[in-house]
Amino acid sequence: MRMIQKLANWLDLRLQLGAPIRETLEHPVPRETASWFYVFGSAALTCFMLQIVTGILLALIYVPSAGEAWSSLQTLNHGISLGWFIRALHGWGSNFMVAIVLIHMVQVFLFGAYKFPRELTWMVGVLLLLVTLGMAFTGQVLRFDQDAYWGLGIGASIASRVPVVGPWAVNLMLGGPIIAGATLSRFFALHVFVIPGLLIAFVGVHLLMVLKLGINEWPMPGRVVRRATYLQEYHELTHKQGEPFVPNAVWKDILFSAFILLSIAACAVYFGPFGPGGQPDPTVIQTSPRPDFFFLWLYALLSFLPPSAETPILLIGPAVGIIGLLVLPLVAGEGEKSWKRRPIAVLTILLVAVTLGTLTHLAEHTPWSPVMNAWSGEPIPQEYLQGRTALERRGALVFQVKQCHNCHSLDDKGGQRGPALDRVALRLTEDQLIRQVIQGGGNMPAYGKNLSPAETTALVAFLETLHPTNQKPARNASQAVALGASEVSPR
Amino acid sequence: MSAENNISRRAALVKLGLVLNGIVGAFLAVPIVRYLLSPVIREKKLGYESWLSLGGLEQFPAGQTRLATYKNPVVNVWDGETGDIACWVRNVDDHTFQVFAVNCAHLGCPVRWFPQSNLFMCPCHGGAYYQDGSRASGPPERGLFQYHYKIEDGKLLIKAGEMPTPGQPVAKKAGEKMTCA
Repeated sequence: MRMIQKLANWLDLRLQLGAPIRETLEHPVPRETASWFYVFGSAALTCFMLQIVTGILLALIYVPSAGEAWSSLQTLNHGISLGWFIRALHGWGSNFMVAIVLIHMVQVFLFGAYKFPRELTWMVGVLLLLVTLGMAFTGQVLRFDQDAYWGLGIGASIASRVPVVGPWAVNLMLGGPIIAGATLSRFFALHVFVIPGLLIAFVGVHLLMVLKLGINEWPMPGRVVRRATYLQEYHELTHKQGEPFVPNAVWKDILFSAFILLSIAACAVYFGPFGPGGQPDPTVIQTSPRPDFFFLWLYALLSFLPPSAETPILLIGPAVGIIGLLVLPLVAGEGEKSWKRRPIAVLTILLVAVTLGTLTHLAEHTPWSPVMNAWSGEPIPQEYLQGRTALERRGALVFQVKQCHNCHSLDDKGGQRGPALDRVALRLTEDQLIRQVIQGGGNMPAYGKNLSPAETTALVAFLETLHPTNQKPARNASQAVALGASEVSPR
Repeated sequence: MSAENNISRRAALVKLGLVLNGIVGAFLAVPIVRYLLSPVIREKKLGYESWLSLGGLEQFPAGQTRLATYKNPVVNVWDGETGDIACWVRNVDDHTFQVFAVNCAHLGCPVRWFPQSNLFMCPCHGGAYYQDGSRASGPPERGLFQYHYKIEDGKLLIKAGEMPTPGQPVAKKAGEKMTCA
């Protein structure tokens, strides 16, 4: 023991860090902030440290070369002892980090922590969110498989839409004319050097401000922030009723961080590493590229935006969102902190959460995408064929062969790009069906050039049978009158 | 010499040092920026595109649309399989061809050809194109990108070398030309 004490004294005489560290650890914090709501920031930092360690471990094996990255990932998964586990830790650590950063952001937003004097802390936090997402995207690229390859294509397509400099932006992003070795090398440099450098710098500033300005106090309804009086009030909260950060508050941070690390490890063991998927061979086009979980909402949004509005929304939307987040503390730097007195803040969070959740859910089912193999893989339900005429069955065949099933479902099987056709005869008359098939419209391709008159007749005859037995199909009353009484169905 | 004079002389030397560093920094910035912009500078100087053979015409029967692949003209040895690029070749009537990029005009995903329904369909966001490459439905704003082609010694040649993206003026030109063909 005495030896350790002597060594510590020897070091402290030279480093002179003991006193400032002790002071930092024992700085007083408001009593109520020793709360389970205040653990997310430290948990995000814990995730980041895990990412640094596992990232360095992966870099021992990974080859940032377009020709070899995929094979080196296979080696990590299968050839290196527990390489799969390190990959899984890094992948799940990334998901947990994004999730915890988002939760942390929601918590500080709802607790009004961005108000005076912590405006800059929030702004740096916004930058931290951006670089965290940047790490997630560039990391997905380093897992150099089909999804990464085509994901880069999507990124390049978006970049190309920037007015004037778009094509140059694409060349700069890809490092050349196509997605190739230069692309992977620059994303490696971004993921391993540039963005982590920014992340470490921003985390340093963020933490420094948390220490200098003090942690945000627990918001009480009616305790309003005013620039003139806040510092004095906060000083009273900390120095008169406060508690030392260590050990009174820190034990919750430590326990929660341990819980998060354990959860990441559990996910890594149970679910294993992410991919890699198919080889990044651009001549293999039988692929459905999808982004990682935290970008799925964007993937869904891109399929719902109307074509004319897409480019402006893609280019202006993110800028508006980021600027909005950055200036928030400047326009709302004073006032109520408690979420109980800030209904618009609560509604905003709910709206954003519901929107992102819905879009993510949709992206997991991709109802906008044709089901590429429905025409050959999903048969027409038996009850739609029993007791039908030869012409109607011929029409059912046309329905399959011309791949209508890829976009239209029958009995909930097949694509959801277009409407389900189980009851289509109730909605459209025979003439309307013919017109829709031949001319298309309302997002349906025209099949006029692609169907013979006989095929069209058969297909429409089949579609005419698609209605419940106790409901009559739609009919054109005026046509019936014109054709004579015999055509009018008796009521 | 007074103390004040001393300080101001040292302050002047500090300023001189800063200015010198600024000048050196500016000198260094030029090659650094040029190095970073090399993908753009090369495009302006040499261009990325050149004429490439897709193989003999016999591979592309009349009235059919087939997948062809070529090696990108600008490659490095470490590019691996990413240097191989695919495209769709449509032989309209043995004299007229159309060569489409596999990249969807929406966001670049690879479109697949369905000969049964004569449609190109995109797996990402549901874009669809007719057999002549024109837009049929979905989010794309335009038809498929097309490569310029020519026939020499019974071989089909295309001008390619750069991934087509919606914002590219070159890709737009090719697309416009073919819609009136």
